[in-house]
Amino acid sequence: MTINMGPQHPATHGVLRVVLELDGEIIVKATPHLGHLHRGMEKLAESKTYHQAIPLTDRLDYTNAMGNNLAYVLAVEKLLGIEVPKRAQYIRVMMAELQRIAAHLIWLGTHALDIGAMTLLLYNFREREDILRIFEEVAGGRLTPTYLRIGGLSKDLPEGVEEKIKAFVQAFPDHIKEYETLLTKNVIWMKRTKGVGIFSKEDALSFGVTGPTLRGSGVKYDVRKAFPYSSYEEFDFEIPIGKVGDVYDRYIVRLREMEWSNAIAEQALERLPKGPIIANDPRVTLPPKDDVLGDIASLIRQFKIVSEGFYPPKGEVFASVEASKGELGFYLVSDGSNRPYRFRIRTPSFANLSALSKMIEGSLIADVIAVIGSIDIVLGEVDR
Amino acid sequence: MTETNLAVKKLKEKFPNSILEVKTFRNEVTVSIPKKDILEICRFLHSDPDLQYHLLTDLCGLDHFSRTPRFEVVYHLCSIKRNQRLRLKTRVGESESIVSVESVWKVANWYEREAYDLLGISFENHSDLRRIMLWDGYEGHPLRKDFPVEGPDFDKPFVPEV
Repeated sequence: MTINMGPQHPATHGVLRVVLELDGEIIVKATPHLGHLHRGMEKLAESKTYHQAIPLTDRLDYTNAMGNNLAYVLAVEKLLGIEVPKRAQYIRVMMAELQRIAAHLIWLGTHALDIGAMTLLLYNFREREDILRIFEEVAGGRLTPTYLRIGGLSKDLPEGVEEKIKAFVQAFPDHIKEYETLLTKNVIWMKRTKGVGIFSKEDALSFGVTGPTLRGSGVKYDVRKAFPYSSYEEFDFEIPIGKVGDVYDRYIVRLREMEWSNAIAEQALERLPKGPIIANDPRVTLPPKDDVLGDIASLIRQFKIVSEGFYPPKGEVFASVEASKGELGFYLVSDGSNRPYRFRIRTPSFANLSALSKMIEGSLIADVIAVIGSIDIVLGEVDR
Repeated sequence: MTETNLAVKKLKEKFPNSILEVKTFRNEVTVSIPKKDILEICRFLHSDPDLQYHLLTDLCGLDHFSRTPRFEVVYHLCSIKRNQRLRLKTRVGESESIVSVESVWKVANWYEREAYDLLGISFENHSDLRRIMLWDGYEGHPLRKDFPVEGPDFDKPFVPEV
């Protein structure tokens, strides 16, 4: 029998369509069909200046906008060879880690809901709301903050927000305990997730899987440790890994990861250096507003940057970050003009999803939901 | 200077005639190779015990439009053991095809389908070369430079047959 799952199905977390060929309740073959959310982002960005592409990146993995911003601005900064001030780097790390917690909270809530544990979603969205309120105060936007700029940040932290972040990071470890009370030793949860969707180390590497899905299979690869960016080498954290590589291991890995993200955000807040929040590079960054209003040279500089952008040197760079789903990379090719010649986005969900068929073939149809939930895809970045 | 990179050194020893160019820009090493050797070189980089490029981070196409050969296929490899990245580049003409590296890294299956869909680069020995983002029967390849951003048919909406 052939069953069509999606594209409109609550458990596919977006518009994914999977055609399942069944023998009784066993899946013989699974064929994912993508592209329902394809917006041609790579093509679109080729016609925009480097600054204009930042808001596009928010809309890749819309649960992890700060992380996407970070990956993109790092790529452009690498292309230009700009050094970002320490304070901006620390705030970036803090925001990226808070965003990772928020993204993992959505994953945990919806994943548990898919499997039948409904209560957790309400708790998760309570904490996520705290993070989004912080983002709103810092950047003005909740889901799509577009907070980062090439060379630094759009603005400094407003007054009073540091206390709010502090209150959050202090309270959050107790909330994780709450979630664990509901799930970790829950018999139904363990029966639905242990030994389901087992994925070996070798397969995980061959399918290009990254992020918690790879670490759940026992490979210790995290871009934050392997290729540190934005001063990650100055923070103390560990990379949790799983043993078996089943749905339960991925769940545990993500929970531990939230704890470490919380710890990193706390460290960044404690050691937050003083200083400027954006590099002073006349080619790229806007002059201070007071100068623009009082000095013709600055006014011209502002006008030039806003209207035509900047001209990076010819060359190509690849910069990646550890986003909440895995390794998010931008490959930019510059031909010396003010627009990227090629704007390639390497999204983690795309590679992770390619492993889905391998994970579910031979298992029960009821497990498909558990496995899709455990690889944590967002169709916005699969289809781009 | 680039000889300090172990992968480049080993490649030069093993395939002396196949390394067309080695470039370093912003500490990233790019090796250009002819397309006939792509599979062999990828196999070597993947299986050599000192290199172990087990992860194909990315594979994508590049359209150079007015140049010949027109396309370039770019491979981003990552060695988890050595924390090293390597970029391979190879050129493909408009009517030519290139051998698939699916037998080395399975993820190449989808990446190559994407390059086929959006740029029209075809891959030999690929197990399932279909469009991936766009629907079957779509005409044109959107990421090509001669494809208009707003689409060729933006004033005549297309409704796929159901």
